[in-house]
Amino acid sequence: MEKVKTILLIEDSPGDVRLTREAFRDTEDVLRLHVAVDGVEAVSFLRREGVHGDAPRPDLILLDLNLPRMDGRQVLSVIKQDDDLKTIPTVILTTSEREADIEAVYQLRANCYLTKPVEFDAFESLVKTISVFWLTMVRLPSQQRTRCE
Amino acid sequence: MNRIVLLVEDSPGDVRLTREAFRDADPEIDLRVAVDGVEAMAYLRQEGIHADAQRPDFILLDLNLPKMDGREVLAHIKEDDDLKTIPTVILTTSDAEADIVTSYKLQANCYLSKPVQLEEFESLVKSINDFWLTRVKLPQQALGN
Repeated sequence: MEKVKTILLIEDSPGDVRLTREAFRDTEDVLRLHVAVDGVEAVSFLRREGVHGDAPRPDLILLDLNLPRMDGRQVLSVIKQDDDLKTIPTVILTTSEREADIEAVYQLRANCYLTKPVEFDAFESLVKTISVFWLTMVRLPSQQRTRCE
Repeated sequence: MNRIVLLVEDSPGDVRLTREAFRDADPEIDLRVAVDGVEAMAYLRQEGIHADAQRPDFILLDLNLPKMDGREVLAHIKEDDDLKTIPTVILTTSDAEADIVTSYKLQANCYLSKPVQLEEFESLVKSINDFWLTRVKLPQQALGN
């Protein structure tokens, strides 16, 4: 009876997308993973524009920082300045360990910042930890779209 | 470096449970407690007897508090350019959807409800420690002096 949760992964590296999918494999009956490969696609998915007219509202967003076309910091600003989207928890998942990046994304209201481990096992374990914590422990806002389309 | 956690909680029972659960999870955690919203803000702004208070790495905030409630504390934290980057997690008995949405709108980093059962409470504190204080990268910034 568990409600299916939707995650939007915004990630341009096909390898990392694949690893994330594999890490979520065990939970696929309660979880739908959607992927946007750059910032422009992510924003049109979230705003249900063009081919994303029927896109579901994600319960959780996993956002890489370095992305083509529109980078992760810009995507984060768009999300957190939009009254409809700002309540969706947005987790930064990136290779950068730079203190300036960490500080900047908390300023931009990221919900949390995680660095991608290089080792596959560690990466898989991190993705599982994220999904267990955010999708089973945290109370998320219920799915409501308030915007008129 | 020891992590400093500011727990903003008026229930002595919950303070005690949280302290014990953190001690089990990681004895190095330095837990500071503010028992109402006014004290929490004085601590964070280093006012009065809190002039030497150290900046917390992480804040656990109850919603229903005397003097100044948790929603107001959250709003103050997230409107303050110096304090807004401190991850602030709501930990409350409220399950009301209105409280959940309001907290996220006010930029709470996440919202958790307090389990009633002791063992579940301990397990939640352990998960908070494992996730927020172990996995998550927290900003390093020290309090502006």
